[in-house]
Amino acid sequence: MKTDLSSGNHKDLHTILSGATGLAEQIKPLRQLVLANLIMLGEAPAPTFQEERRMQLLIDRFSEVGLQNVANDETSNVYGLLDGTEGNSNMLVSAHMDTVYPESADHTISVQPDLVTGAGVADNSLGLAVVASLPDILHKLNIRFKNNLILIGTSRSVGRGNSEGLRSFLNNNTLPIQTGICVEGVQLDRLSHASIGIIRGEILVRTPEELDWNGFGNTSAILTLNEIINKITDIPLPRRPRSSIILGQVRGGAAINKRATKARLGFEARSESAEIVAEIEQSLHDAVAEVAAKTGDNIEIDILSVRKPGGIPFSHPLVRTSRKLFEALQINPRYEPSTSDLAAFIDYNIPALTMGITMGSNLQMEDENINPTHIHIGVAKLISMLMAIDGGHCNAE
Amino acid sequence: MQNKDWLKSNTYHHSDFWDLRKLVEEKQSRGLTISLCIPTLNEEKNIAKEVVLFRSELMERYPLLDEIAIIDSGSEDRTLEVAAEFGADTYLASDILPNLEPKRGKGENLWKAIYQLKGDIIVYVDADITNIHPRFVYGLIGPMIYRPEVGYVKAFYDRPLADSGVLRPSGGGRVTEILTRPLFSLFYPELTAVIQPLSGEYAVRREVLHSIPFPIGYGVETSHLIDLYNRFGMEVFAQTDLDKRVHRNQPTQALGRMAFGILQTFLRRAGDQEKLAIHSELNHYLKQFQVSKGAFEQIEHHIVEDERPPMDTIPEYRKKFGLD
Repeated sequence: MKTDLSSGNHKDLHTILSGATGLAEQIKPLRQLVLANLIMLGEAPAPTFQEERRMQLLIDRFSEVGLQNVANDETSNVYGLLDGTEGNSNMLVSAHMDTVYPESADHTISVQPDLVTGAGVADNSLGLAVVASLPDILHKLNIRFKNNLILIGTSRSVGRGNSEGLRSFLNNNTLPIQTGICVEGVQLDRLSHASIGIIRGEILVRTPEELDWNGFGNTSAILTLNEIINKITDIPLPRRPRSSIILGQVRGGAAINKRATKARLGFEARSESAEIVAEIEQSLHDAVAEVAAKTGDNIEIDILSVRKPGGIPFSHPLVRTSRKLFEALQINPRYEPSTSDLAAFIDYNIPALTMGITMGSNLQMEDENINPTHIHIGVAKLISMLMAIDGGHCNAE
Repeated sequence: MQNKDWLKSNTYHHSDFWDLRKLVEEKQSRGLTISLCIPTLNEEKNIAKEVVLFRSELMERYPLLDEIAIIDSGSEDRTLEVAAEFGADTYLASDILPNLEPKRGKGENLWKAIYQLKGDIIVYVDADITNIHPRFVYGLIGPMIYRPEVGYVKAFYDRPLADSGVLRPSGGGRVTEILTRPLFSLFYPELTAVIQPLSGEYAVRREVLHSIPFPIGYGVETSHLIDLYNRFGMEVFAQTDLDKRVHRNQPTQALGRMAFGILQTFLRRAGDQEKLAIHSELNHYLKQFQVSKGAFEQIEHHIVEDERPPMDTIPEYRKKFGLD
């Protein structure tokens, strides 16, 4: 069904929902616009804290598409404003610019009809490309909002960035933000309205270069790390509130026939309760201190980021409306606590969602990929959601 | 014109043309039409990216290109279907001017593009550039839009001109540095100012393009430079630094075959222009060796640099473009 979208009147939620599929069809021919932005932005390396090249490209793109007040700030966020017809309130759509890939990684993107592959295409070059393409898509579809739409590419989001970019923007921003949407490249069926508490970090073990045969220390940093891992697995975790510790990455040693003098463990502890997160952090410090005392090895614990749990409830009108929208687009929602920039919105008490654009796999691996054939559905979902917010259908009573 | 002067006045960097809005305005004010030709053979893995990028950025956002055409040599994969799916016009070289005796080679595709495409300027870009970017097109079109006297703009890569103004080694390909540059130095010294004479990306005005013959194989770029230099001098050329170009690396033996074809084209022209005298018929068999089961095996390649005549001598072309 083709819907008249030009009125800027999004008062009828039923019209928005029933028009979502038709909107996706209208967006289908515009997928190339998103893909072109994905290539141009995604091939510019943007490791966390070094987003400048991508930032400059986004400034150019935002300026080219006619956003107002395009600017970047001291943390390298880039933002611009699409004026609403009334402009009484502000909707914020964000996508993080930074990726986990170092500058030296091959950032070439390969495009085939049903597969786009390359470093960071899913997390989050596609999300950023959609934000960069949004003004053009809205213009081509003649969609106007009565509220202002602020678009932002955020810096310093992942890993050590700890959403510093978005936090900094929200801290300094003077415009009242009604609602936020974090755009992620994948997955199309995710619906994140809450963030769990997270503490993410690394434990680094160093043993002396020269082995002290008289000492009680381990012969290898890997063995010391093993002891720490055993201690961590002994940390008691409650079933409620749900909590877990993920030991996601281990690196150590230089060669199979050399004693390892360095070993590193990457971990993430998650819980629905801030208190449990704090308890886990304390237990981790205790485990490290105990093993260090026993072995005499140098062990450091480096906390990369800490996020508080929170978010809007399942019954919040923003979540309720998004559920209806998923249903209208025949997407079965997968509720997933967000570990993204959503945490920053939560810290500032701004109702927000994280939405994915298409399906993808092998995230943060060499062959990270997305399926471009669903992009129009993801973009229709985003625009329909903005219409619903614009029409006042997502406000808490 | 001295090499130094030409280099200074006719060498650009793609960033000189960053203002695409201005470039489009200038193009429109001059009433120019521009066609992009991508010659292909089995490029289904690469072609979508080029078409997506050029179509979205240089047709829809900035209407610099009036058409994007794929001219294919007869791919056995889905090159043409993929290109068409992303909105390019697709042609099989053998379907263009079908009454002519068929020939196969990249030069054949480039030549037939002159008949098939409508632009006043034709830009040729290879399909295997993995770091493709709009600069590969606008960097080449730029000098031609702003300077009517420039008829042929060639690409070069890897920033050979340092900020200090001191020329660093060009980083030209192996065949350029080992064969073409020494040959140009001996017989056409002025052409040595062209930093990468064999680069596959260039833009040409139709009236220039249709007036020169086309080797259908490896010698097409070399012949263009010699023929146009002979006719117009260095003033017809410009060159643009397009920064980095990432593409498939060719094995040395393939470069040997390339050099053999280029040499044939070169010798024919140098002979015709009485730069040197060749008193015997050239042999067209290149013999290379490969190791097979521990023994050397000789492989013979028959490489003849066949040529198409200038397009403006083809009656169908003259009729289509009203030259009679």
